[in-house]
Amino acid sequence: MESADLLTIESLRLSRGTREILRGISMRARRGELVALMGLSGGGKTTVLRCIIALEPFDAGTISIDGVTLHAGALPARSVMRALRRRVGMVFQLHYLFEHLTVMHNVTLAPTHVTNASRTDAERRAVELLDSLGVAHRRNALPRELSGGEAQRVAIARAMAMDPPLLLMDEPTASLDPARRGELGETLRKLTAGGRTLVITTHDDDFARDFADRVVILAEGEAVEEGTAGEVLSNPRHPATRALLAHPVSS
Amino acid sequence: MNDEQKSVTFIVHRSSFIVLLAITASAVRAEMPPLRWGGDAEGGAPFVEADPRDPSKLRGFDVEVAEKIARGLGRQPEFVQVAFNEIDQSVERGDFDMGMSGVEDTPARRAQHAVTIPYYEFHEVLTVRAEDRHRYRTMADLRGRRVGTLIGTIAYDSLKSQPLTVITYEDDVHPYSDLRQGRVDAVLLDNIIAARRLRAISGLYVQPQPVTTGRYVVVLARKNTARRDQIDNVLKAGMRDGTLERIYRKWGIWDQYQPAFFQRVLTSGQSETRNEERRTKNDVVLAYIPALLRASVITIVLSCASMALAIVIGILIASGRVYGNVFLRSILTTYVEVIRGTPVLLQLFVLYYGLSEFILLPAFLAALLGLGLNYAAYESEIYRGALEAVPRGQLEAARTLGFTETQVLRLVRGPQAFRLALAPMTNDFVALLKDSSLVSVITVVELTKQTQIFATNIGSWVVPGAMCAMLYLILSLPLSRLAGKLEARWKAPTS
Repeated sequence: MESADLLTIESLRLSRGTREILRGISMRARRGELVALMGLSGGGKTTVLRCIIALEPFDAGTISIDGVTLHAGALPARSVMRALRRRVGMVFQLHYLFEHLTVMHNVTLAPTHVTNASRTDAERRAVELLDSLGVAHRRNALPRELSGGEAQRVAIARAMAMDPPLLLMDEPTASLDPARRGELGETLRKLTAGGRTLVITTHDDDFARDFADRVVILAEGEAVEEGTAGEVLSNPRHPATRALLAHPVSS
Repeated sequence: MNDEQKSVTFIVHRSSFIVLLAITASAVRAEMPPLRWGGDAEGGAPFVEADPRDPSKLRGFDVEVAEKIARGLGRQPEFVQVAFNEIDQSVERGDFDMGMSGVEDTPARRAQHAVTIPYYEFHEVLTVRAEDRHRYRTMADLRGRRVGTLIGTIAYDSLKSQPLTVITYEDDVHPYSDLRQGRVDAVLLDNIIAARRLRAISGLYVQPQPVTTGRYVVVLARKNTARRDQIDNVLKAGMRDGTLERIYRKWGIWDQYQPAFFQRVLTSGQSETRNEERRTKNDVVLAYIPALLRASVITIVLSCASMALAIVIGILIASGRVYGNVFLRSILTTYVEVIRGTPVLLQLFVLYYGLSEFILLPAFLAALLGLGLNYAAYESEIYRGALEAVPRGQLEAARTLGFTETQVLRLVRGPQAFRLALAPMTNDFVALLKDSSLVSVITVVELTKQTQIFATNIGSWVVPGAMCAMLYLILSLPLSRLAGKLEARWKAPTS
């Protein structure tokens, strides 16, 4: 049963100055599962992702990912960091593609310099990924020449090039029209079908209902409700969940 | 006579004759403007120097000769400070009436300006280190050696045609100190200067056999021949009545050559002009082109090497300031502030002359280090700003992919910062190209210095100045264009 959980977060706490951002959040994600972290802006969704990938130290609690455990206090030592980042990838809301590199080089940079893959291997894998995401034809473009949707798919390819078992995505639906959202959902489904675990943040309850296996509602730094997308979103019990559903992103 | 003098005379006719004379004399003296004479007090004793007892007063044999001339013309002398190399240009512009302070009699000067009869004869003598006195006796012994002198002098002209390396100085102190330290093997300058320096620096020896003979003259603006003729008469009177001899004896520069020299000047009637080098201006200009091109090579090589050094050190300083601990950061900040807050000219002097007691840097190396270390401070600020301008998201994205901090800097932050830094760097390189002219103060002859030598010798800045400006543009324009192309390439779509 333990091996089914790829990600376990226990009592995660984090303050900035006097402000408590996270107040003891616990949650889990199983292998091959798509978990949606939902909640209004400022609820701490993005901060949870940043803690999982060790961009942000936290004050209390533990985070375990596939045998690597992060503790409260300073960021982990280099060896732990290296092990962690082989297990987790991240797609940022603003993508942050490397502005000075082409699409192809964005995708091959980490394999060639972090895992020392040969250039030919890295490029072959990059073409496969870009192709499966439908952006192979943009391989020689620079990031500033891409549309928002293209940039998102390149960012997914860049993270997937390191083949992490856990992929985090911050607000992937934020800037997509409904048709693109559907395509994104299909893409994510393909990723989970291959056994990968996805944790995404979103406000979009339609998207969560259609594609998430499980939903965690965050409100004021706490996980107030958790369950399958159907249970939580069709039958909201907590006021925060109801508030979220009262402001649909789209219908 | 001007109107006021006439009116004075008119009044006088109706008064007593004795009162009349007194009034006229004092009125004339009061109305005549002072005779302004230009010289370089940096030349020092025995020519012109500030009186050690009262630095607001000048003394020296040239000061006394100038007073003698002024008195002979019924005027009061008034001194105007001017850099030695600019005396000719300034007198022609009308900054003062006459220029003197070891001004030499040369054909070029006679062709360009009104020049008086010579008033003193000197000799260019070789000074060597005492231990070399038997080794370097004549110019022939110095083949392939380094010989120092002042630019724009007869000594410089006579060295130029010799198979040796001429090191030019702007003052007459450093040639001798550099001789003592071994940076040059001999100094060729006036016997007066040599005798004076030998009193201050030990271990030097003056070869008794003069290399050439020269004469000091007073230089006036070309159109001022009438005044020149008056001064000729005053000087001749001074030779006849012993005034000049008395002045020269007082300053210890009266020697066995002077009586015969005075005799020649007084009997020849006209000023002695040597006709050996009568070349047309075009020939002179053409003759300088190779030297200017060589100097351009020095300028571009020095600028490129200094810039390369500045970039490397600038990157290290910027990285240290962005990534280093408090201790390292404060050291680097101090370096940047000290270098930016003091003149590069001072830094060059300190490197070349100041450090010479501990480490004897060759001039070119000192110039390279001076410019490179100075510009490193400016480059480091550009790089630091550029590094800090790279968005944090770019760095975090790189970290999540597993790059180490060094890799983040090398693969993501550095390359992006470099693109931001390129335009200001190009700007700095063009500035450095021009600042490289400052290294002439430590004897490196680059483009501007060579132009100055050229201009001094032909007595005009017009042609040399235009050629120099053209060469600087030829050097800097391609650079600006290259930088523009690089920027465009990085911004242009590649798909």
